[in-house]
Amino acid sequence: MNRLQKLFEKKPTGLLSIYYTAGYPKLNDTLTIAETLEKCGADFLEIGFPYSDPVADGPVIQASSKQALDSGMTLSVLFDQLKDLRKQVKIPILLMGYVNVMLQYGVESFCEKCKEVGVDGCIIPDLPMYEYEEMYRSTFEKYGLSNIFLVTPQTSEERIRKIDGLSNAFIYLVSSSATTGSNLSVSGSASAYFERISKMNLQTPVMIGFGISDKATYQAACNFASGAIIGSAFVKALDQNNLDQSIQNFMVQFKG
Amino acid sequence: MNYFVDERGYYGDFGGAYIPEMLYPNVEELRQKYQAIIDDEHFQAEFKALLKDYVGRPSPLYLAKRLSEKYGANIFLKREDLNHTGAHKINNTIGQILLAEKLGKKRIIAETGAGQHGVATATVCALRGLECVVYMGEVDIKRQAPNVARMKMLGATVVAATSGSKTLKDATNEAMRDWINNPVDTHYIIGSVVGPHPYPDMVAQFQSIISFETKKQLKEQTGSELADYVLACVGGGSNAMGMFYHFINDESVKLVAIEAAGKGVSSGFSAATTTLGKEGVLHGSRSILMQTDDGQVVEPHSVSAGLDYPGIGPQHAHLFKTGRGLYASITDDEALLAGRLLTQYEGIIPAIESAHAIAYLEKMTFKGGENVVICLSGRGDKDMETYMKYFNL
Repeated sequence: MNRLQKLFEKKPTGLLSIYYTAGYPKLNDTLTIAETLEKCGADFLEIGFPYSDPVADGPVIQASSKQALDSGMTLSVLFDQLKDLRKQVKIPILLMGYVNVMLQYGVESFCEKCKEVGVDGCIIPDLPMYEYEEMYRSTFEKYGLSNIFLVTPQTSEERIRKIDGLSNAFIYLVSSSATTGSNLSVSGSASAYFERISKMNLQTPVMIGFGISDKATYQAACNFASGAIIGSAFVKALDQNNLDQSIQNFMVQFKG
Repeated sequence: MNYFVDERGYYGDFGGAYIPEMLYPNVEELRQKYQAIIDDEHFQAEFKALLKDYVGRPSPLYLAKRLSEKYGANIFLKREDLNHTGAHKINNTIGQILLAEKLGKKRIIAETGAGQHGVATATVCALRGLECVVYMGEVDIKRQAPNVARMKMLGATVVAATSGSKTLKDATNEAMRDWINNPVDTHYIIGSVVGPHPYPDMVAQFQSIISFETKKQLKEQTGSELADYVLACVGGGSNAMGMFYHFINDESVKLVAIEAAGKGVSSGFSAATTTLGKEGVLHGSRSILMQTDDGQVVEPHSVSAGLDYPGIGPQHAHLFKTGRGLYASITDDEALLAGRLLTQYEGIIPAIESAHAIAYLEKMTFKGGENVVICLSGRGDKDMETYMKYFNL
C-alpha cells in the first residue's frame, strides 16, 4: 500500500491537495515548494510535469508550463530534482501530466523512477481507460503506483462504476465541464452532481477539483467529498521573489 | 493487411482516442453514431446533392498535356481547386455540418491554420444558419488577413489562439478547450484526418469522394479505373487520404504522399513529419509527430500554412509504417518553382500545398505511358502574396 492509499484508508475528511507545475516559477523551486506546502498543512501534492500542448488546462497552468519548459524542465530533470524527496517530504505525492511525455520517457522506466524517488501515483488526463487497462495497468501496479481517473458532470453512471473498479486511491471529481482555472460556483447544478455521485456509494473516495480557489469553494467541496484539490489559484499566487511567504499566505486561509 | 480503422479505433499501432475525460462524452457520442448517420440514405442523398449543386462536384480529372510531355507520363490533375471556396476542405465541412445537425448541435467550432478550413467551415455554417467560432493562431491571423476577413464576412467569430507558438497546433488546442467548456450544444469540425477516433475515419470518408470520382473518371479516360501512381501533399493529410482512399486496397497503385521539407529536412525549419518525427500522441491520437526527446511538440516550418503541422493523421502513420505508402518531402523552393511551372505549362495557379505534390514529378522516373494522378487540392489565389515576393512579380 502506498502513502496515498494509507491516507485514504483512514477515511479522512477536509483533505487539501495542492497542484503546482514542476520548475515554476524557477527551475529548481520544485522541492522547496513541496517542503513548504507540507509545513503549511497540505495533505498531499500533485506535481505537474509540463507539456507543450496541455489541452485540459486553462491559461494559468498553460503559462506556468511554458515558463517551466523554457527554463529547461523535462521529466529527467524532474526525477533528478526529486531524488532526495523522501528525505524531506512525508506526505503522498502524485505526478500529473500528459501521456506523450510519459510515453517518450518509456512507461516502464517512468513507473520505475516514480517508485525509486517515492512518488505514489499519477494523474494522466489524456490516458484513456481502455489503454490503461490493456497496456499499462500491470506496470503501474508492479511499481505500486495509483492511477487517478477523472469524472465530470457528463460521465455516465456506467462509466463511473467502471472507473470505481479500476481505482485504488481516489477518484478526481472535476467540478464542472471546464478546463482548469475556471471558477466554481457551487450552485444547484454542481451540488446536484456532487450529490448524485455521493448517492452512488462508490468504494473509492472522491476529491473535488477544478475551480476551487478560496476557503468558500474549498469548504463547499468538502461537504461532498474527502477534500478538494487546488491548482490554478495556487500557481497564480506564487511569487518568485518571495516564494516561501507567498505559499504561507496562500495556505493560511485554509489551514490557519 | 487492414489499412482501415478497426473496432477499437486503431490503424495498426496508431489512432485511438487519447482525450481527457471532459471530452469523452462528446467523442463517444460521435463514435457511437457517426457511421449510422453517414450510412443513412437520406443523409447520403443530402450530402451528394450539396456536393453536386453547391460545391460543384464532380471535380474534373484533367489530363495535363504539356506537363505530361515534359515528364513522359500521363499526368492527370484531380481539380479540387475548382470546388466552391477553392479547395478540398469543403467536402469535409459539408459532411460534418449535416452530421452536426443530425446530432442536434447548435454551435460549430473549428481550428484553422491558413484559414482554408476556417473559411470552409464558416461557409457551411452560413449555408445552414448555425453559429460558428473559428480558432486561429495569432501569428496566422496576421499572415492570412484576407481569409480572416472572409470568415468574418460569412458571419463567423474568429478567436485568436494566443497560447504556445500561436499557430495551427495551438488553435487546435484552443478549439479542444472550447469543446471541453461547451460539451452539450457544440460540434467540433476538425479539418483534417487527425484528432481522436472517429475523426480520422469520419473525415477520410467525407474526403473519399475524391478517389471515388477519380476511379470513374480514369475508367472513362483510360479504360482502367486504376492509375500507376497517385500523389498528394500531406500536412495532417486530408486531401491525401481522400485521394488514396479507394485505391488503398488496390496494391498495384503506388501511393505517394508529399510532406513539406520547409527549408530542408535537416535545416531545423521543416515539417517533414515521417522523417523527423517519432511515434507519440498529439491532439488525441497516437501517430507520428515531431517532438523533442522529452515529448514536447516541436514547431514545424513550411512556406505553405496548410502543411505546417507537426503531425500526420494516424492512418497515414499506418500507411507509412507498413510501407503501403511512400512518404517523401519537397522543400519550400522546390514547391514554389513547381507552382510557377504548373502555372506556365497549364494555366493553373496551384495552392503552394498542392505545388509540393507537383514538384515531386521532378524526382520520379518514368518508362513512358504510366498514368499518374495528382490531387490538386487547392487554388493559389490565397498564396499570391508569397508567389509575388518569391518571384518579384
